[in-house]
Amino acid sequence: MPNNIIKDGAVVVDNWQLVSADATDIPEGKVIVPVALWSENKDSLSNREDFGIWLNSDESPELIKDELDQFKVIAINFPAFADGRGFSYGRSLRDVYRYHGEIRAIGGFMRDQLFFLKRCGFNAFALENSDLENALDSFKDFTDSYQASIDQPEPLFKRR
Amino acid sequence: MYIYDEYDQRLIDERVAQYRGQTERYLAGQITDEQFLPLRLQNGLYIQRLAPMLRIAIPYGTLNSTQMRKLADISRNYDKGYAHFSTRQNVQLNWPQLEEVPDILEELASVQMHAIQTSGNCIRNTTTDQYAGAAADELEDPRPYCEIIRQWSTFHPEFAFLPRKFKIAVCASASDRAAIHVHDIGVEIVHNDQGETGFRVLVGGGLGRTPVIGVEIIDFLPKQHLITYLEAILRVYNQLGRRDNKYKARIKILVKALGIDAFREKVELEWQALKDGPSTLTDAEFERAKSFFRSPEYLVIDDTEAETRLQAQAADNAAFANWLTRNTSTHQAPGYVSVTLSLKATGYAPGDVTDVQMAAVADLADEFSFGEIRVSHQQNLILAHVRKDQLFELWQRATALNLATANINYLTDIICCPGGDYCALANAKSIPIAEAIQRKFDDLDYIYDLGEIDLNISGCMNACGHHHVGHIGILGVDKKGQEFYQICLGGSQDKDASIAKILGPSFSQEDVPDVIGKILDTYVDNRTEEESFLDTYRRIGLDPFKEKVYAK
Repeated sequence: MPNNIIKDGAVVVDNWQLVSADATDIPEGKVIVPVALWSENKDSLSNREDFGIWLNSDESPELIKDELDQFKVIAINFPAFADGRGFSYGRSLRDVYRYHGEIRAIGGFMRDQLFFLKRCGFNAFALENSDLENALDSFKDFTDSYQASIDQPEPLFKRR
Repeated sequence: MYIYDEYDQRLIDERVAQYRGQTERYLAGQITDEQFLPLRLQNGLYIQRLAPMLRIAIPYGTLNSTQMRKLADISRNYDKGYAHFSTRQNVQLNWPQLEEVPDILEELASVQMHAIQTSGNCIRNTTTDQYAGAAADELEDPRPYCEIIRQWSTFHPEFAFLPRKFKIAVCASASDRAAIHVHDIGVEIVHNDQGETGFRVLVGGGLGRTPVIGVEIIDFLPKQHLITYLEAILRVYNQLGRRDNKYKARIKILVKALGIDAFREKVELEWQALKDGPSTLTDAEFERAKSFFRSPEYLVIDDTEAETRLQAQAADNAAFANWLTRNTSTHQAPGYVSVTLSLKATGYAPGDVTDVQMAAVADLADEFSFGEIRVSHQQNLILAHVRKDQLFELWQRATALNLATANINYLTDIICCPGGDYCALANAKSIPIAEAIQRKFDDLDYIYDLGEIDLNISGCMNACGHHHVGHIGILGVDKKGQEFYQICLGGSQDKDASIAKILGPSFSQEDVPDVIGKILDTYVDNRTEEESFLDTYRRIGLDPFKEKVYAK
């Protein structure tokens, strides 16, 4: 069933299907699969045109770093909003492993984290329990930031 | 001190607006208690025993007289007319209304202050020497580096939801007044053989439930790499620090579990991706940061002459002489000293000040110290640059304000957390213990004869009162619903940092002052002429103290 998500700064209809951690079969269509299922089904998945993978908060991007090109989407799960490992995963994927596809936040993150998530390289947000149109305002919480980041590669001290 | 430009100001203004929105959504029931918790914590707002508590940041313990006046106004208008300076060089309000916090933040923003990251599992206020830029034993002024760290850590998008809180301290002097060995990261400013500035970095120190002395991760980090290296450490910690048990979530546990060599290897690996990248600091940025911390326009003073006059004044007035000896410290500039205004008067909670005192301190700062004030982690206020020929007048004025107790670094200059009177975490009260000790030991000659003694009290094992690094530490514990106090000896926060050892079974509140008396007696009986309390303890060990205290 299509859902609305936030992607590249707008609310859009999304057709990706998230496959749960305990699933054994991979459904047809555009799927985002857990790491274990992907590693067991690498061959069959490689024949598909579109598929993605999702990392739980204890699954570092290092696990998939050599095969990033295959994934149209890499989703990173936040089991709870306080579990901030995914922020580092986002940055590693963009900065260290040079992944250019979609990085999507899923799970228990909240609207107030959108600004930071975007700065860490996320561009899609399957935000639950929030009015998505209102939530777009949170991307505008701050006009500028001190640090270098994905959306602003130069730190403020070089620009001021 | 650092002055905001339009970027800094806009950031904190936008923060006020963001937090106002979050508070409104919370009050409207649009976000849950659980969701609001980290949002308010990252803005320093706790829900305490009796009321919310708002912790306001004082970056590296430096503020100006305008800011101090604003704190006085806020304490008067939004609180009960007093505030508490904390062991983190911050200031806390004990009775703000949750609904009014956005207004308080707006007032703070008008004087370039905020409450950003004063709580929560994020990078907290960077702390340093309270005498920075004034101390005679300083290699370099640490404040420009602290400000660079402050900016980097403020709203760092990657490190706002760490496994646990994260504290960085910076020291640049022979004597470590910033306690860098007991911080998550300790940064010591050093020079190499070529005279270049760099940093010796310690990692994994901390107090709390599991006190640990930090270990060296790099002996000389060239200064331009400061930010990328810190970022590498934090990135390793953010990914690998434990999140299953909040008591094992600090970086010290990770460093212990991996071992420093394996931890260093991981940091180096992350650092390779960051090193020499865009966050590498430039000479221009160092110059910009330093430009805010130039020495004030000192008068040219003949130090010998000033000192002679001062000694003559001291010879005529024993109380002034006591204060002069204990509450002033050596300055870089001839004819100047740094003055500590004691917030440790007997009968007042350590670190507490009234709105009237705050406003008066602001006036004193304007008249005597270029409008600048410092907060020490020992919970006192400092006027960093005072002329020797103005000391007598300053002493008289401070005495009238009850801010001239001549006890700095002595027994009654007690570090003490707010404890069970305020704090929701505390197992026991700590303020009444401090007061009982101050009342028992009220003979100044005796206190001075004992020499410098750090006596630190925490109301629970979270150790906000730094009891582990007190020469004498007192910890409030809960025994079947009763408040008891465990005593430990031999801690130190200086370069020879050590964790205090527990003396033995705990004591009831009434017994604590007498027990302290017996500990001091043991020291006096055993010391050689030159020995401090800590020296004697380190020579004779715990046993003689134990025997005396627990003798039937």
